Amino acid sequence: MHLSVDSVSKSFGEGKARKLVLENVSFTISSGEFVALVGSSGSGKSTMMRLVAGLDRPSAGTITVDGVPVKGPGSDRGMVFQKYSLYPWLTAAQNVAFGMSLQGLPRREVQERTSYFLEVVGLSDAARRLPRELSGGMQQRVAIARALAAEPKVLLLDEPFGALDLQIRESMQEFLHGLWQRTGLTALLITHDLEEALLLAQRVHILAPRPGRIVRSVAADLPHGELAHLRVTPEFLALREELAACLRGLDGGLGL
Amino acid sequence: MRESTFWPRLLAHPWILGIAGILIVLLLWTGVTATGLVDRLFLPSPAAVLAAGQAQASAGILGRDLVASVTRVFTGFALSAAVALPLGIAMGTNRAICQLLEPLMGLIRYMPAPAFIPLLIIYFGLEELPKVMLIFIGTVFFNTLMIMDAVKFVPHELVETALTLGGKRAQLLTRVITPCIAPQVLDTYRINMASAWNLVIVAELVAANEGLGKRISLAQRFLRTDEIFVGLIVIGVIGLLIDLGFRLLMRRACSWAN
Repeated sequence: MHLSVDSVSKSFGEGKARKLVLENVSFTISSGEFVALVGSSGSGKSTMMRLVAGLDRPSAGTITVDGVPVKGPGSDRGMVFQKYSLYPWLTAAQNVAFGMSLQGLPRREVQERTSYFLEVVGLSDAARRLPRELSGGMQQRVAIARALAAEPKVLLLDEPFGALDLQIRESMQEFLHGLWQRTGLTALLITHDLEEALLLAQRVHILAPRPGRIVRSVAADLPHGELAHLRVTPEFLALREELAACLRGLDGGLGL
Repeated sequence: MRESTFWPRLLAHPWILGIAGILIVLLLWTGVTATGLVDRLFLPSPAAVLAAGQAQASAGILGRDLVASVTRVFTGFALSAAVALPLGIAMGTNRAICQLLEPLMGLIRYMPAPAFIPLLIIYFGLEELPKVMLIFIGTVFFNTLMIMDAVKFVPHELVETALTLGGKRAQLLTRVITPCIAPQVLDTYRINMASAWNLVIVAELVAANEGLGKRISLAQRFLRTDEIFVGLIVIGVIGLLIDLGFRLLMRRACSWAN
């Protein structure tokens, strides 16, 4: 699998009200890679995600998956939204099964894969519960299981833990990292949290705001053994400090 | 001594105050009529109303009236509900259809349905059809516009999630939008059912052979206030039962929304 974003720009509005949100953004993701886009608000990162998902069209440039241009949303790019987008009338298991049943998979296969993916996210016991009976972290795990169960080529995570408390956030980061190591999934993460990006991703792109553009790309080649340990290693702290300074520079002395 | 928990517990029951409210009115009613302060012709006693009701019931009049009115309400409202659901969904999901129909419906909605009665009588005569049509006209626009609003409030994420899971357009309607709006649709029907009841009585006051509204207008002609009270109370009780029925259905079918 190879996802390629090539010289993508996006603007909203017409004439004088025309506003450039993304300018000439390019990056790629290959199978098994975990890539993160980090930026403050106004950096167009969520817009970038919607373009990759096919929910919006770029104004210029192309996005391709395995050489095929993205023309709309599709099950090859599974999405996890920041706000819990579980179907409130379906149980956890039915939510996980939702994509597979939309695609018309045979009942038995749907059932088997549903229980498999619920197990993967550690929620087998919650299969029959409704979303409102689950905590925020559990809901996001169901959303991740639902996206994975549709067998996407790449998982798109749009600030997936942005609405969670700090402690749950950290345990969800551990969870996602473990999931990536176990399953070898391919993921694109959007976040404003630099630490989160460095912990989880192998490659981190820093987006500058207004208009959103990539100003820095780093390989986060860190010993991704245990996240709690990684957080305090000198390499991690040095890299985090360096990039944090870069982000602060973008916010303070805005490139006018 | 340990304090009794009987009264606080009884008062905590959700129905107890509601029942008490009805009982208080009944008591006042009994009291006022017992003193003879008010002419019995204007305000019959509860016992007299009960007797009139029993007389009508045993003569089979009450049953026939009930069946006639309920049938009209259900036929007209079922028609209205069946038209409003697809139309409301179409207007809520398609901008062109919405722009085409919303001003038109907004206009007709404000025309009082009873004002259509003369026209309906000219078109459809004095049989069942004009009454059913009156209920249809009087509720279909409200039903449609309220369902349209419910569709517009379906969270975007739910629709977009289905798209990223490989959902087709038709599936969005059947698998996302329809189940999502089900509680609001039931609530819309529950609220507008009250208008349907109003309209059937109005229609029967104008022209009918039987029905609860017809019985009330006949009672007026013969100054039978006790029979008017019977009609009013029966209409109220049936309305309440229908309301409870919808609430029960909602609790059963849409437990996730409670």
